[in-house]
Amino acid sequence: MDPFLTSRVVTDILGGLTNGVTFGLVALSLVLIWRSTGVLNFAQGAMPMFATYVGFALLSYHFGYWACVAACVIAGLMLGGLTERILVRRLYGKPEINPIVVMVGFLIVLEAVAAAIWSSTPRSLPSPFSSIHWQLAGKPFALSPFTVYEIVTAVLVMALVAALFRFTKLGLQLRASALAPEVSRLLGVRVGRLLTLGWMLSTAVGVITAILVSTNFFSGLTPTVMDGIFAYGFIAAAIGGLESPIGAIVAGVLLGIVNQFVTDYVNQNAVIMVALAMLVVSLMVRPSGVFTKSTQRRV
Amino acid sequence: MITIDNLSVSFGAVQALRDVTFLAETGQITAVLGANGAGKTTLLRTISGLEEPTSGTILMDGQALVHKKTEDIARMGVGHVPEGRGVIGEFTVEENLRLGAMMAKVNLQKGLEEQYEQFPVLGERRKQHAAKLSGGERQMLAMARALIAEPSVLLLDEPSLGLAPLVTAQLMLTIRSLCESRDLTVILVEQNASSALRIAHHAVVLHVGSVVANDVASTVAEDENLRQYYLGLVE
Repeated sequence: MDPFLTSRVVTDILGGLTNGVTFGLVALSLVLIWRSTGVLNFAQGAMPMFATYVGFALLSYHFGYWACVAACVIAGLMLGGLTERILVRRLYGKPEINPIVVMVGFLIVLEAVAAAIWSSTPRSLPSPFSSIHWQLAGKPFALSPFTVYEIVTAVLVMALVAALFRFTKLGLQLRASALAPEVSRLLGVRVGRLLTLGWMLSTAVGVITAILVSTNFFSGLTPTVMDGIFAYGFIAAAIGGLESPIGAIVAGVLLGIVNQFVTDYVNQNAVIMVALAMLVVSLMVRPSGVFTKSTQRRV
Repeated sequence: MITIDNLSVSFGAVQALRDVTFLAETGQITAVLGANGAGKTTLLRTISGLEEPTSGTILMDGQALVHKKTEDIARMGVGHVPEGRGVIGEFTVEENLRLGAMMAKVNLQKGLEEQYEQFPVLGERRKQHAAKLSGGERQMLAMARALIAEPSVLLLDEPSLGLAPLVTAQLMLTIRSLCESRDLTVILVEQNASSALRIAHHAVVLHVGSVVANDVASTVAEDENLRQYYLGLVE
């Protein structure tokens, strides 16, 4: 077997890709909510975490993994919808800082409530696929059945979201509602419902990330499990451009790979510093994001 | 046909419209004229449900529009081209048109072909972002986007704003021919009174929220007092 596949460089790239797709998914859910409702959601990690706890509560009733995943996604859809209707709807048209502050507050509340109900002790999520890495000619290979499942799931979700925005009537209406709500209403678009739907979809995408992350990192599900991932996802969304689903994914994957190389060749403590440096440089060179075409938008 | 009866709209202490009453007939252009702040835009926004009146009624072919949601009014067949055109710059020309056709039960392909025939420049630029169009082209796109839904009522808010005189003249002729060929009820809000009066059948002049004239367009156009004091048309 070619030793190249088990070389340090390939191992780092594949390891980075595995982490990167989760950053890309979080970034994608941020882009989804931004493009469909024009709000930067700082609780985009905490909301899926909470919905995942709700769904996985079913595990104690001996439901299977896939039934629990479905329950988590449904819980995410409901939490996203309720959050928009009850909390966010009052913030439209207000200064941009208002939703940011409210969603940071909501993040703190959700984490506190989750800790109060389910405690901060990690809950191990079962994995449907083995997380033991494959061996190639006696040497460990960077991928395992679970990491392949993770990458395939992420790619599938990304493709579905991109197709939704690009090819469907619903995607066009979601974008129109965020870009020009009043004009959309004048054209008969039911903007209120679409804003709710945008929050439902983005929380559901976040839930899929939370499920993957809680298993992959072997940390289990905790109230703060999404905090670190959210930070990297946010950086990826800012680098890729909040308008661009493709940009979010590519930036997420690149960030994951760079992080892996920095961890391997420098030091794990330098990872966040390098990520922030990438963010600063990209904001200085292209403030609207590397992959965003337009430089201005109305919120 | 749009019937407006004793319509009043207030924004806090400011009364934007005061007992406005007039009739916009089917197949005719009703020009609503007046200076800045006369209440012209507020009138159109109230017909479309974007503003809530304090009193009065608006009927479209006998159906009440007041208290209905904007999106429902649009689905009933009221096309509104807002001030500043309201095209979505981030969308291509075709995406803007698709959005316009989406809520109406019309054949998209047939609708697109019709609009590209009516406004050939839009057909040439169908894949281009609307932000890159000129002012006149954007106005055409805004009109085409409203027309593709096959409305029975068309509300046009200052379509000539920012356009060169020649483009304005062409636009006005297009509005007139559309009104006649599609039997549309057109309410045309304009500051450019002379252009609007040239094509309108009927004219309503607003002054600080009140109707000061409501007559056939040619009569309004010939009234020296109106021309001088309300329309700024001094020879």
